[in-house]
Amino acid sequence: MSMDFSKLFELIIAASLINNFVFTRFLGLCIFFGVSRKMETAVGMSITFTSVMMISAALSWLIFNYIMIPLDITFLKIIIFIGIVAGFVQASDTIMRKVSPGLYYKLGIYLALISTNCIILAVPLINAGEKYSFIESLAFAFGSGAGFALALIIMASIREKLELADVPAPFKGTPIAFIVTGLIALAFTGFSGLIKL
Amino acid sequence: MTQTGTTDYVGLIRNGIFKENTIFKLALSLCPSIAVTNNLRNGFLMGVAVLFVQVMVNITISLMRNFIHPRIRLPIFMLIISGWVTITDMSMAAFAPEAYKQMGLYIQLIVAFASILARAEMFASKNKFMPSMFDGIGMGLGFLLALTVISFFRELLGKGSLWGFPIIQAKPLLILILPAGGFFAVGILMGFFNWMSMRNEKRRHPDRAA
Repeated sequence: MSMDFSKLFELIIAASLINNFVFTRFLGLCIFFGVSRKMETAVGMSITFTSVMMISAALSWLIFNYIMIPLDITFLKIIIFIGIVAGFVQASDTIMRKVSPGLYYKLGIYLALISTNCIILAVPLINAGEKYSFIESLAFAFGSGAGFALALIIMASIREKLELADVPAPFKGTPIAFIVTGLIALAFTGFSGLIKL
Repeated sequence: MTQTGTTDYVGLIRNGIFKENTIFKLALSLCPSIAVTNNLRNGFLMGVAVLFVQVMVNITISLMRNFIHPRIRLPIFMLIISGWVTITDMSMAAFAPEAYKQMGLYIQLIVAFASILARAEMFASKNKFMPSMFDGIGMGLGFLLALTVISFFRELLGKGSLWGFPIIQAKPLLILILPAGGFFAVGILMGFFNWMSMRNEKRRHPDRAA
């Protein structure tokens, strides 16, 4: 199995910077705004998220390529992928509780938030659509997780300061967060020429 | 709103559009609202898709509410939602292939909408057929209107056109079509929506401390 490292590296850069899931694809916004208030929760969510992302990408790739394509039921991918993610999150919730309660105590809540949201479903869907290989899917998942982590951490550090700023009443809370995100997104557009895909 | 046996259908619709507007008030299901609203046609079609899914899901779940075991209701809801989203996805691919090419992924992501699942759980599973249908229409219309408003501004000011027809001859604000502009547009419109409802609150209840 030949691994084309430059292609993998490109995928990771593309997923985390050029097509950052939050700032360019607008996915995972609900979680993004909900969790980016404090640095602590942002970091916790990033770790949980990237791991869930990679494992569910792997699981859905296997099921898609070894079960769905041979059986010609690829049109059911929406239903099946969401089933995989939900099932996996449920399973890891249970496993974490038994095996490592300390870890569960720290990261468990994020797990529940992840189960149904755009971003965790988007990665398997994109992988299937682009027909990535197994390693490529993993790289893509890792890149998207890293991009999401980047977004969360940047946002959290800004929002902690924003709490103390003097925001006009109609904009307090979510609207101003949107505008700040817009500014960050603007900065991220600077990445768009980084790699000629 | 979890009233049972309500017959205030117009009230239900008005609730979905104003009081509990998914995007502007509840700030749910935001992902697609920025992604597809960079032109009017896509935003409108997305809104129609969501309206369709919301209404059909509400109707289905309301009709089946007495046959679903409470313990497994969430997976069953997800199954029903995914089913309707797949139907919508395929229909759009067939009837609006150009729009579908640009926003196919986001149509498929409707399945993850917290708003549809929440509505099914909070309302459709506890109410009869007619109220559930109207609640679905209300919430769906609220979403459609929000998307239409956002994409109206983004396309008009960002490209100088509406639904592909050029309207403004001056140089447009390109930034509004970029992702960043989407965030700005929604943030500003959200702030505006808040300001309007704050004003209404003050007018309706001038004695309440703001």
